[in-house]
Amino acid sequence: MIATPTVDLITVNIDGKDVAVPKGTNVIEAAAKVGVDVPHYCYHPKLTVVGNCRMCLVEMGLPAVDPATKTPVMDPATGKQKINWMPRPVIGCATNASPGLHIRTTTQLVKDCREGVMEFLLVNHPLDCPICDQAGECKLQEQATGYGRGYSRYVEDKNVKPKRTVLGPRVTLDDERCILCSRCIRFSKEVAKDDVLGFIDRGSTSTLTCFPGKQLENNYSLNTVDICPVGALTSTDFRFKMRVWFLKQTNSIDTETSVGANTVVWSREGQIYRITPRQNDEVNDTWMADSGRILYKQVKAEDRLTHTSVAKQAASLAEAITKASELIKANAGAVRLVASGKNTVEEQFLIKHLADSLATKTSLISRVGAGDNILVSKDHNPNVRGALLTGLISELPTAQLTTLSSEIDSGKVKVVISFSEDLTAAGISESQLSKVQVIYIGTHHNKTSGLAAIVIPSLTVFEKSGTFINQQFRIQKFVAAVPGPAGVVDDLVILTHLTSSLHGTTVQLTQAAGLLAQTWTSLSATIPSLAPLSFSTIPDTGLLVDSTAFAKLPFVETETLHFKPVV
Amino acid sequence: MNLSDTTVKQIDEVITHYPVKRSAALPLLHLVQEDQGYISQDAIAWIATKLELQPINVYELVTFYPMFRQKPIGKRHIKVCRTLSCALMGGYKTCSEFETQFNTKKGEISPGGEVTIEFVECLASCGTAPVVLIDDTLHQHVDCAKARALSDQIKAELKAKA
Repeated sequence: MIATPTVDLITVNIDGKDVAVPKGTNVIEAAAKVGVDVPHYCYHPKLTVVGNCRMCLVEMGLPAVDPATKTPVMDPATGKQKINWMPRPVIGCATNASPGLHIRTTTQLVKDCREGVMEFLLVNHPLDCPICDQAGECKLQEQATGYGRGYSRYVEDKNVKPKRTVLGPRVTLDDERCILCSRCIRFSKEVAKDDVLGFIDRGSTSTLTCFPGKQLENNYSLNTVDICPVGALTSTDFRFKMRVWFLKQTNSIDTETSVGANTVVWSREGQIYRITPRQNDEVNDTWMADSGRILYKQVKAEDRLTHTSVAKQAASLAEAITKASELIKANAGAVRLVASGKNTVEEQFLIKHLADSLATKTSLISRVGAGDNILVSKDHNPNVRGALLTGLISELPTAQLTTLSSEIDSGKVKVVISFSEDLTAAGISESQLSKVQVIYIGTHHNKTSGLAAIVIPSLTVFEKSGTFINQQFRIQKFVAAVPGPAGVVDDLVILTHLTSSLHGTTVQLTQAAGLLAQTWTSLSATIPSLAPLSFSTIPDTGLLVDSTAFAKLPFVETETLHFKPVV
Repeated sequence: MNLSDTTVKQIDEVITHYPVKRSAALPLLHLVQEDQGYISQDAIAWIATKLELQPINVYELVTFYPMFRQKPIGKRHIKVCRTLSCALMGGYKTCSEFETQFNTKKGEISPGGEVTIEFVECLASCGTAPVVLIDDTLHQHVDCAKARALSDQIKAELKAKA
């Protein structure tokens, strides 16, 4: 058992409510614990505190102690220790909890402070809300509409600044909207380790910019857009595309690498508009890489497979399944499976089932690429651990399918089933592929699908539900955000049909959701480390599973955020 | 960047005065400006490398302080005070006189490259207004006549040098 570190809890009082918090927690976080919202712009829980927006001003008091005797001073009226209230407000973000700290956030002084700070912030802030991308998720707008007076006392001309500065390939800046909170500067410096942003011409003309000749082009630049409390930093891709309040949010997982950053997919009417990170303090904090945000473009990509085909002729799914099972039966003992590290745990489990019933071997193709020690790991397969846990493979995958290659040459293999993998990229030549019959079940067209006898299209991660196991052996679930192309069914449905067809039984065309629960029933019954789980009981932030069985394997990952490889 | 050996020595020396290199940013900017006459983008990048910073950190400083110049100036720098006392005593007239004498405008280099004229805020000599600072020398009671005389003097000095 891993001992949980003991935390020093102290009691503070927020608006009359006592709450126990770890020592050193700041007032904004402590207040959030009792449901008290302290408005703030520059403070971000994952960045250093600078205290430059002054929005989180609160009243603070400490228990009175007699200066001479150091004994508590009691208040005869209440019988409790007297509280010495400070005559001036303090900023919540930079005030750390100490024993007996008292905070008031509802007094007239605090109200006046907030109104004063807001008035100054809005002096030069344009009334852009109707055309601003941030509208609907803008802290400044929320505060102004919630507590503002609805008109402005400011009669002078507002500052005019550039409205569309290109800061980098993915980020566009509207200078007028910037409230100079410096979150983006701190993020670039502290998290992305690429200190390119800064304020120049400080004063009423303060401008956020890069040094001439440099750009905000690191792979984490879009996080600055996420943390911008106003609409100053905008995503060039998402800018002016859609109002955020029309978008449906679906929890998902970044499939880019084995880090498995938690994400939210924002979609409307079956179309995805953007992907943003979802907070998981054990995996990705509140960040994700830019490269993971464009993955949704694969959904409507040109090379997306949308039709089932047998011998290059359009066919129904039932026909394709029948043909496939005939092909497999006719070549019993000469069938090989190539599964993918991009398959979900459930799919891998069913593929394992299929492989067992055919008494054949399954290979996986490794995808080792560059990592950045932040949120892009070296293993560009999101779910190699899933394949290990389901028993689909027992060794780490290789980049070249040498065994399969020699087996094709020797005529030992007649049928290859590929799950979304391009075998030509793994050392199997096109001439070798033409010697065998290929059954391709996958999302996108590639050389292998081009040579395949049977092609069955399947769903991308955005169109199905399932789980991945990331580099920490954390099982994380994602759910379907948008429906797949018409007629394209879930991989689980394809696999179930194929397996039952091979056994000569027929199954009802099941709904993917029912199938997922069904798969989990057998998953938790078969795999001991997943025993008490079901798809619905996996928490949104995932769950670590027992990985002791795989501790000896030489995984390729190096250190990333919240991950250290086992040495 | 073509810094003189003396400047480079001074820079290396001044960095040792501070517990962290970053603290030497302002002294370095002054030294480079004295040497080069202004602070170019190259100079900013050079200082950043020298102090193990990113260029943007130095750029922020340069744009904040009005006395750091990002463009070259004339051979002599004429700073005319425009704060209240000097303004009341005719500082603006003095400034226009200089502009006429050198056929130039505030903030620009005169056609012959002799001077750059600028307004500055209080030079702390209100009792002798209007005052003018030419390079590092303070000139008091500079009315139009004295401005003409100073201009002639500058022209003569530059001619003698050339």
